[in-house]
Amino acid sequence: MFRFLLKRLIVGIVTLWVVTVVVFGIFTIIPGDPALVYAGKDPSAEVLAGIRAKLGVDKPLPEQYATFMKGVAVGRDFPTGPKMVHCDAPCLGYSYKKDVPVLGLITRALPITATMAAGAALLWLLGGVSVGVLSALRRGTFFDRIAMTISLAGVSLPVYFTGLIGLSVFVYQLQWLPAIDTNSPFGNPFDPVQTFQSFILPWVVLAFLYAASYARLTRTSMLETMSEDYIRTARAKGLPERTVVTRHGMRAALTPIVTMFGLDLGALLGGAILTEYTFGLQGLGKQALDAINKFDYPLIMGTTLFAAFFIIVANIVVDVLYAFIDPRVRLS
Amino acid sequence: MRRPRTAARAVAGLAVLATLAAGCGGGSGNGDNKIEIGNKGVDGVHNPSDVKGGELRILNADDVDSLDPARAYYAFVWNLSRFYNRTLVTFDPKPGADGQKLVADLATDTGKSSNGNKTWTYTLKDGVKFEDGTPITSKDIKYGVERVFAQDVINGGPTYLIDFLQDPKKPYPGPYKDKDPNKLGLKAVQTPDDKTIVFNLNKPLPDFPYLLQLPGSGPVPKARDTGAQYANHPVSSGPYKIASYVKDKQIKFVRNTNWDPKTDTVRKALPDTISFTAGLSAEDVDARIQAGDADVDAANVGVQIATQGKILKDKKLAAQADNPITGFTRYFAINNKVAPLDNIECRKAVIYGANMATLQQSRGGQYGGDIATQMFPPSLQGYKAYDPYAIKANKSGQVDKAKEALKACGQPNGFAMNIATQDTPKGVAAAEALQAGLKRVGINATLQKAAPAKYYADFVGSPKSVHEKKLGVMQAGWGPDFPTPFGFFSSIADPRKILPAGNSNYGEFDDPKAAAAIDKALTEASVEASFPEWQEVDKLAMDNASYLPFIVDKALMYANPRVTNLYVTGGYGQYDFVNMGVGGK
Repeated sequence: MFRFLLKRLIVGIVTLWVVTVVVFGIFTIIPGDPALVYAGKDPSAEVLAGIRAKLGVDKPLPEQYATFMKGVAVGRDFPTGPKMVHCDAPCLGYSYKKDVPVLGLITRALPITATMAAGAALLWLLGGVSVGVLSALRRGTFFDRIAMTISLAGVSLPVYFTGLIGLSVFVYQLQWLPAIDTNSPFGNPFDPVQTFQSFILPWVVLAFLYAASYARLTRTSMLETMSEDYIRTARAKGLPERTVVTRHGMRAALTPIVTMFGLDLGALLGGAILTEYTFGLQGLGKQALDAINKFDYPLIMGTTLFAAFFIIVANIVVDVLYAFIDPRVRLS
Repeated sequence: MRRPRTAARAVAGLAVLATLAAGCGGGSGNGDNKIEIGNKGVDGVHNPSDVKGGELRILNADDVDSLDPARAYYAFVWNLSRFYNRTLVTFDPKPGADGQKLVADLATDTGKSSNGNKTWTYTLKDGVKFEDGTPITSKDIKYGVERVFAQDVINGGPTYLIDFLQDPKKPYPGPYKDKDPNKLGLKAVQTPDDKTIVFNLNKPLPDFPYLLQLPGSGPVPKARDTGAQYANHPVSSGPYKIASYVKDKQIKFVRNTNWDPKTDTVRKALPDTISFTAGLSAEDVDARIQAGDADVDAANVGVQIATQGKILKDKKLAAQADNPITGFTRYFAINNKVAPLDNIECRKAVIYGANMATLQQSRGGQYGGDIATQMFPPSLQGYKAYDPYAIKANKSGQVDKAKEALKACGQPNGFAMNIATQDTPKGVAAAEALQAGLKRVGINATLQKAAPAKYYADFVGSPKSVHEKKLGVMQAGWGPDFPTPFGFFSSIADPRKILPAGNSNYGEFDDPKAAAAIDKALTEASVEASFPEWQEVDKLAMDNASYLPFIVDKALMYANPRVTNLYVTGGYGQYDFVNMGVGGK
């Protein structure tokens, strides 16, 4: 187990390093002068040269990368006029658009994205898997047909549609929920009621989208599993149906669900752009979108690396979970 | 002056779906309905009042570009900055064209000029203070101006002051590299005493007071300057100070107890607190204002399509709405160097072939703007109507004249060319409308789209890139940085301003007569006296067929009916924040 984890960890670190090289390379070879994005109208050559120096893009590419990686390892100083601003390790760069270190912006947005992703994941996992299992066990019944029709709608309707409908109905027309406090969704001080009110719509809307996919996948997987020979054997041995379904059927059927769940959750932790944009939640996705719109290179790069980190970690967790769920998988 | 670009692509989807979500079918903006917009705030004032108290709640999709007055370029941020940043002069807080006039703010008057408008002298009022109670002196104004020169640190804002105060032989690097022990080494600005400040320009400029109303000309106390981080907490000289600022989220303004209303004839300072909330979707901003949960949209670029539909179906909402000219001209620059448009007759063929009626529709119909016939915006002082291509009488284009022009340029069967546009819904719609109009005369245009953030900076802002990509026609929008013809034309019509990077003269219009007219305009005794020269510049640009203006931009705006002193100022082409109140609630 330890060796397996160590191996996966090393592969994860190497992958992350490769991601830094690729991401850094992509952002530095994009055509155009980044200084122009920061300059006012009609910038002179001197003005542009000054901004390039400030951004550090006047240096050769390898030097820029080495400086970036040094910042990740030991931190960096950034000039801001009368004094330098220190960015502690792991320093993912400095947003010259916002004049703050990138990591600070990411860690500020992370709790919002994490809360949104965790709540939605819980809902869609419970809802999607339950509906999928029940549909498979009651194949062809009215419940199965209704559940699959609703899940088809869930897959088809984009978040910005269901989100706007949700806001329009529950916030502005019925007024069951207050307008989402996008500034402090956790309250200040922490207020669980306000947090719940701020996140319930994003949770439900996001969960509706994902639960639909999970219900359909679980149904298919369960149908396939329940027709396996070993299920028939289990039944022939006289095991109760509940045991057959939960201990033999679901355990095998859930393997692909765990894979998908790990990757989906990892990707969501990197930011659910449309959901956050629709509800105005200042999470990683919304922050990344704003950074892209303003060509805030350091923030785009930092957020990308952070998202990659989550996906790699999620992969490792999924690999480990596999072994527990499916005894056929061996960690060796 | 810039208008913020929000998350364009996401908005595209949201805008369409918001219409469905709101169940709005009508109000397409094509003028079919009979409901009239109130426009009470265009030339007058909604709810005049002096009642103090309450919180003014301003919302926006985007955060401010910078709270540092010297680094901001968004028009709404300049508007907002009057809460915490006073300048020597500022716009008269009045609706319409009166709002384009300057009045004294920190200074006792709007400035005394001498030496043929090369020397400008100002005297500060008594009793003006920063938020910490320190008196504001002429040296604080000078230091604020000097910061603009430190473009390696204080970048992003307008740089006109550098153009007119820099010594080309010995360029001033800004206060952070200034060898003067007091960091006041800019020779062109003198402060003989704490009350007097003298600006010695390197060339005459009758519009100079307009440069001094720009937020970057405000005072900054050297001891509190934190360079690039000054944007986190600029020191207030106005009636409000910044209590808190969380980037991308919220700014809270509270009263500055060291602001003395006796020194300020501009600001009423009615609300007790002001909140600026950012990061909402544009649709949510509209919904909250309509629900009464907020007061005004900061961006002032008009409501979203779903809200427009609601307003155009509801007389009460329409009566509260305003549909002013924003001061922006939407146009296509026609490049003088990209063949076959290097031939004036080919450029004329493009102008004659364009269908202005469909171009207007692409920008939202009558509520999105009036059809333009010239670059000079009608809301700008010095405007003189000019319609050399008889556009008003031929809104759907002049196919015959276009074909004649094609023959004259040696392309009787038409030609192929590219139209550059920002990849936004409205941008693409307008480019497609032009494309369809030109197809009628045999000009086959291909759209070349670019992401909004890179469009002006790299795509059309580099003549080299324009030539390589053969961008014959480029869509753009332009508004004045300050409401004088110089503020509008200086970057887009001066041949000497064709820059290798960050260029704004996209068509590379390089008529020496225009350069001569601009030089003459700058030597005139006053802004008003320079109007004929600027009218000539407009005429030359139009006659040269370097521009195809198609819309005089308008915005359908709506604010919470509880807002008092609500009007559209000609200074910014927006609702003026400075004297808004909320009736004490």
